[in-house]
Amino acid sequence: MLKCRALWRKLAPLARSASTACRHNVKTTALNNGRRHVLVPATRMSTGPAAGGGGGNQNTLYVVLVGATCLGGGVYAYMTVRGDGKRYEERITEIASRSQKDPESLPPVVPEPEAEAAPTSDESIPAAEPEPSPTEPVPAEESVTETSPEANSAAAPVVEEPPVSSEPQVNLVESAAEPAADAFPEEATSVVEEAAGEPVTEEPVTEEPVTEEPVTEAPPPLAAEPETVQDAPAEVESPPEAQPEAAPETESALLMIPSHAPYLLIGGGTASFAAARSIRARDPGAKVLIVTNEPNLPYMRPPLSKELWFSDDLSVTETLRFKQWNGKERSIYFQPSSFYVKPEDLSGAENGGVAVLTGKRVVHMDVRGNKVKLDDDTEISYDKCLIATGGEPRNLQVIEKAGDEVMKRITLFRKIEDFKSLDNVSRNANSITIIGGGFLGSEIACALGRRSLETGLEVIQMFPEKGNMGKVLPEYLSNWTTEKVKREGVKIVPEALVKSVAFKDDKLEILLKDGRQVKTDHIVAAVGLEPNVDLAKSAGLEVDSDFGGFRVNAELQARSNIWVAGDAACFYDIRLGRRRVEHHDHAVVSGRLAGENMTGANKPYWHQSMFWSDLGPDVGYEAIGIVDSSLPTVGIFAKATSKDTPKAATEQSGTGIRSESETEATATSAVASSTPAPVVEHKDEYGKGVIFYLRDKVVVGIILWNVFNRMPIARKIIKDGEEHVDLNEVAKLFNIHED
Amino acid sequence: MSYCKQEGKDRIIFVTKEDHESPSNADLVADDPNDPYEEQGLILPNGDINWNCPCLGGMASGPCGSQFKEAFSCFHYSSEEMKGSDCIDRFRNMQECMQKYPELYPLEEEKETPPHTEVVPDQDSFPPPQSDLSVSDSGLLSDNTLPTDSQTVS
Repeated sequence: MLKCRALWRKLAPLARSASTACRHNVKTTALNNGRRHVLVPATRMSTGPAAGGGGGNQNTLYVVLVGATCLGGGVYAYMTVRGDGKRYEERITEIASRSQKDPESLPPVVPEPEAEAAPTSDESIPAAEPEPSPTEPVPAEESVTETSPEANSAAAPVVEEPPVSSEPQVNLVESAAEPAADAFPEEATSVVEEAAGEPVTEEPVTEEPVTEEPVTEAPPPLAAEPETVQDAPAEVESPPEAQPEAAPETESALLMIPSHAPYLLIGGGTASFAAARSIRARDPGAKVLIVTNEPNLPYMRPPLSKELWFSDDLSVTETLRFKQWNGKERSIYFQPSSFYVKPEDLSGAENGGVAVLTGKRVVHMDVRGNKVKLDDDTEISYDKCLIATGGEPRNLQVIEKAGDEVMKRITLFRKIEDFKSLDNVSRNANSITIIGGGFLGSEIACALGRRSLETGLEVIQMFPEKGNMGKVLPEYLSNWTTEKVKREGVKIVPEALVKSVAFKDDKLEILLKDGRQVKTDHIVAAVGLEPNVDLAKSAGLEVDSDFGGFRVNAELQARSNIWVAGDAACFYDIRLGRRRVEHHDHAVVSGRLAGENMTGANKPYWHQSMFWSDLGPDVGYEAIGIVDSSLPTVGIFAKATSKDTPKAATEQSGTGIRSESETEATATSAVASSTPAPVVEHKDEYGKGVIFYLRDKVVVGIILWNVFNRMPIARKIIKDGEEHVDLNEVAKLFNIHED
Repeated sequence: MSYCKQEGKDRIIFVTKEDHESPSNADLVADDPNDPYEEQGLILPNGDINWNCPCLGGMASGPCGSQFKEAFSCFHYSSEEMKGSDCIDRFRNMQECMQKYPELYPLEEEKETPPHTEVVPDQDSFPPPQSDLSVSDSGLLSDNTLPTDSQTVS
């Protein structure tokens, strides 16, 4: 008591001065004035806590009020924080229990009907099995009536419906039927497949809030979805197919799209596949959903402009198989379709899997709600998301404005159908022009040039630079490469800027800015890639203004739970700075890294990706790092001997061995040759070697020119980032004289 | 003797075999084997298996991934004299699973041997040739040396 008194004595003056200050801050309105005048004198007169009845009581009141408010506020804050923490913990355990097979974590509502349904569903499995096959080809609407009696005989669907429909909120009665149907098949799938009652069935519960969105699930477009996925169903898969068909709303098409994917990968290319593989390797039982707008399963692109053109097989456009460097044949598809799980089976897959949803485009991304919307208005929620949308080939403005007749005769090369169409064109047209002198343009030119030997096709390649790969190779090497490409049967039109393209007399007429004119039947435009950042707006993600693409950090993360990999990622490379790389190996490396980080690795981009190109039989190179021709370079080449140039190639391309001895003699006396004429003499000089690209005296890029199996050394040099005084010494590490 | 010329900003050096005979005196930074950022081989520094090793191809991520992981883990930690002899059941499980997907795991004549624990560097780019398709090929790892470093088509 005494202590209290002392405390009050101490606090009162404080409170008083505080309250006085407060009152002084209050606006001087007439209303307050009177009161203040009354109160102020009172406070001024009081000197001690006990002094003056009225004044003292006022003070104590203030103290009590202020103290109570503070206490109340503190208590509220404490409760909120604890509640948040608890909710967070619950969410985490929910996610964790979903991945572990822990039935105890299921909410009480679901297990009961589940327990009932489990035994009955076991029986219904054999009964339902024969059902799916006859009903599959039949459209959804009809199959409903057919299978509903059979399905009803299985107690499972009937039992499950009530608890599910009780879940959705009251205010969404109408749309509740749809989410119920949506969730119901999900639950049916999961229940039937795991009689053990896996926490996967939790998903319907968590899915409810998602599917409750007022955004209509748009069942009609989905119902119209062709049921193409119904191949020979595996044993376990048939019951879910039977049961959804029994759904009164004929939402069987809805089944194709799971409403939640723990790992959602947007885009179905190389980066996405690499990430899927990485996730599956690191997170046992992971369920990965790939959504792609292409109709194909993930495949690799490099053979589309290289190996597939050199195949002897006439049906290569159908089989899409090619022979690798070691002679073994394989398909461009990373995995055959049996590797993947069907999207509708993903939630129920016991050991997880990778499912690919083809022909769907993600149009909207809700980062706060952790969900995406597809072009058919379906929504998919996710825990972790990867954006690997790649890009679209760029087109020249003059071509876009040129009209339909011209547009019909243009190929923007990137996908399988582009390969098929160009293959077809190349067999029928007389003349094809490739606009673009980079990797893709040069590779296609060489591939078509090779074909021209058989068919008499005219192949023309035009580009603004002086030589092929002009933005990549130093000038002397670019010139040398151009000569090689010419030997492949390609007519090179360098320093060409396209002014206009018109369709005249059944031919495409390309008019260049310097007045030259080229007449051709078909144009392949290989003028770059526009990264696909369509989702940036809705997702609120940053787009890089220098390089294009989504801006991500060194760990490829754009925001919590969102990563970007592949062509679309503008990332921070710890060694080389911010960049965006459009190569195959980078897609693999970044995809794999993104997958690792999505499963908790937190690793930065460190393992440097490489790239390679082949331009005919003479020129093959591998490169790593920043390979930009505007950087100063140091090239160390082995003095050419007769062994270096492949004999078959020399005979084929017409360069005789004699020219080598000439070059040997002229090499020592040759002056720097930047004009085309002396290049002929030097053509075999750059047989093999190493070229270093320097930035501030540090090697940032390396090309291994006709030298193979040395990439690890090159990678090491870039990783070190040292200033080497004598690059010849560094070149020794590569042993370029040996094979 | 080596010959050097300069073309603008680009320097070109021609060297003979003799020029490069003497060992290099270039300084390379010593590698830290425990660098967390580096790509790991098949076996991590702490002795665990790196399931994400490119050398494994799609083995750990495919439909039979979990069976493969169980079998291989058992083999890896097996301390029997005949390593892996206590893991027969798991390998059988794995085999049964793989038989369900003949397209992915084509059966070959060689008996199924677990991959050797070699560390194969630089398994960056696809294709990892048959690693996706065949288990029994004991040259599984050696097959994978190709992609990155020597992808040429002539």
